[in-house]
Amino acid sequence: MTSKKGTSAGSSGKSSIKSGAQIIVDTLIEQGVDTMFGYLGGVVLPLFDRLYDAPINFVIPRHEQGGCHMADAYARASGKVGVVVATSGPGACNLVTGLATAMMDSVPMVALTGQVRTELIGNDAFQEADTTGITRPVTKYNCIVKDVKDLARTIREAFHIASTGRPGPVLVDMPVDVQVARCVPDKSDKIKLPGYKIRTKGHSRQISKAAAAINKSKRPVLYVGGGVISANAADELRTFAKKANLPVTMTLLALGAYDQHEKESLDMPGMHGSAYANYAIQECDLLIAVGARFDDRVTGKVKSFAPNAKIIHVDIDPSSISKNVQVDIPVVGDAKEILPALSEKVKHIARKEWFNKISNWKKKFPFRYDNNTSSIKPQYVIEEIYHQTDGDAIVTTGVGQNQMWAAQFYRFSKPRRLLTSGGLGTMGYGLPAAIGAQVAKPDATVIDIDGDHSFNMTMTELRTAVENKLPIKVCILNNSYMGMVRQWQELFYNKRYSKSYLSNPDYAEVARALGAVGITVDKKKDVPKAIEQMLSEKNPCVVDFRVEKEENVWPMVAAGKSLDEMSGLDILESMA
Amino acid sequence: MKHIISALVENKPGVLAQVAGMFAARAFNIDSLVVGRTEDIKLSRMTIVVIGDDKVVEQVRKQLAKVVPVVKVQDFVGQPVVARDLMLITISTPPAKRPEIQSLIEMFRGKVVDIGQKFITAEISGPEEKIEAFINVCKPYGVKNVARTGTIAMPRQAKS
Repeated sequence: MTSKKGTSAGSSGKSSIKSGAQIIVDTLIEQGVDTMFGYLGGVVLPLFDRLYDAPINFVIPRHEQGGCHMADAYARASGKVGVVVATSGPGACNLVTGLATAMMDSVPMVALTGQVRTELIGNDAFQEADTTGITRPVTKYNCIVKDVKDLARTIREAFHIASTGRPGPVLVDMPVDVQVARCVPDKSDKIKLPGYKIRTKGHSRQISKAAAAINKSKRPVLYVGGGVISANAADELRTFAKKANLPVTMTLLALGAYDQHEKESLDMPGMHGSAYANYAIQECDLLIAVGARFDDRVTGKVKSFAPNAKIIHVDIDPSSISKNVQVDIPVVGDAKEILPALSEKVKHIARKEWFNKISNWKKKFPFRYDNNTSSIKPQYVIEEIYHQTDGDAIVTTGVGQNQMWAAQFYRFSKPRRLLTSGGLGTMGYGLPAAIGAQVAKPDATVIDIDGDHSFNMTMTELRTAVENKLPIKVCILNNSYMGMVRQWQELFYNKRYSKSYLSNPDYAEVARALGAVGITVDKKKDVPKAIEQMLSEKNPCVVDFRVEKEENVWPMVAAGKSLDEMSGLDILESMA
Repeated sequence: MKHIISALVENKPGVLAQVAGMFAARAFNIDSLVVGRTEDIKLSRMTIVVIGDDKVVEQVRKQLAKVVPVVKVQDFVGQPVVARDLMLITISTPPAKRPEIQSLIEMFRGKVVDIGQKFITAEISGPEEKIEAFINVCKPYGVKNVARTGTIAMPRQAKS
């Protein structure tokens, strides 16, 4: 396409006139980007030419969806903005699942896509797709840049929007001629976003009202969502919960925001949450939601959710408030500012009766499984991983049973340690997410706790891990079933296991073929040893655990039921 | 209940699609939507009529405010506003009926903007009820075509 010799299209020489492609790279560096993910294609060649010698670590996935999940997990693990690049048409289309995943879980990301030449837009040109049209519902904001003079400012705006307020993915579409066009970049071209205002400081009267309600409450529950992690407010949360003496339940996305080993932790609420969290929510007189969005997997039947409770909702996104559940005391703002303000005003109240009740529920209904079997229980594998990693690994997951067991049996003590697709429920997230997390945290132990069907969807990315020498670990809880679907078919469709069974390949062989280490475990006694070996490997390592085929996740609040109508409690009790 | 929501938006490409897309994605019903320029060339005004209970309309307002290029959102419910619709309507008009229909148009302070052997096209503006009333009055003659702008509105400049 473009000649690279001598005066290449985007030479960053002495002249201050620069190509669009060079302006993109310069602005990325100015925004602090040192790592990117993405895939090449015709209309991003000018940009990739400028990336050739840029001081940016570039990871090439095997599919754009993988690259998008990598950037997403990079952002979740590091707190920085994840950046992904794709070409026009199919490249941009392949980002959609990844963008929707990031959108639902409020992950700060910037996606840069190439587009066909400006004069060809709308002509059904080769590899043309209406990228901004396709990605509009799955991005916080998107736009197309048609003038090279707008490039730098638009990219600055993209980073600002992605990383502030309620974070989310932002996509910038860039026609190839804009990347080639040249101009003198205006360094002082500041962001212009008259419609984008974020309120971070909570209203003081609302904060006082909330504190008064907390001080009056006999049976409060603090219900924490992913927003607390996005806000980097785990320390502020801890201070607040300790000072006011509150039991804390954390959504799937918030696990680790509060140390799950602490006595105040009620672990995860909702459909496969703990019985003690669900009972506590149903019996509380005050529910203090912070950075959570009352998702249907958390609330169960909305009408009977927390029926006795007054509700306080702290959130940076005003549209989250009273969306699903009517809120009594809304506080709009950043958890990092509001939690300390609340801490100042709350009193430490013993609430002995309430904590006794909770501790009885905890004793009666802990997460349990029956390990007196010869088969390998998936929960046992996770417990063993938890013990051998001292609970200090970064865990990514697929979606389904593997994800719920990881949430139940790996206990997190720090934020940004569980990376999982909560809102969208994207199968195939686990492996690319592990890669993104390992890139962000090279020294961490990163483990993908995956299901076989989830792993099948993106396993090609194993080669990306090998090529980039990323020592990720993949633990496949292999039951050959699409496990959670099978569980629903067992419970609600008369055990008619329609299309939920696959014949899988030998994953250890697949791993070896892709250059990774592969281990198969089909005997229970070999589990600890295999995990030990996995943890000591310097190369990417896949362990295929052939687990009990028809194990179910308990407890379970079936769709449309109230949180206190859990099934499986009798099964759990019988295992005691 | 009918709410007239007025949104000032940045005048740039894609804004209408972003707003319309948000309405569709969140399953909000639009009764009418009008976009036009304002006194500031950088801003356009969207006037959106939505039908829903308070809870739905509150969400509409918040979700609208969340769309990045939307600068300001107002719900005019409960405050005095001037609301107007503009309609072009073509009525079947045999020559014998012409005086009758012309006087109707006058009664509604409308204007005849086109006329032929068998029809009259009139321009009528006013609050929505007036427009509806005119259509109803014309029905017995035969309404051939109607084009309406949808409601635009402005709060009354309160003077005490």
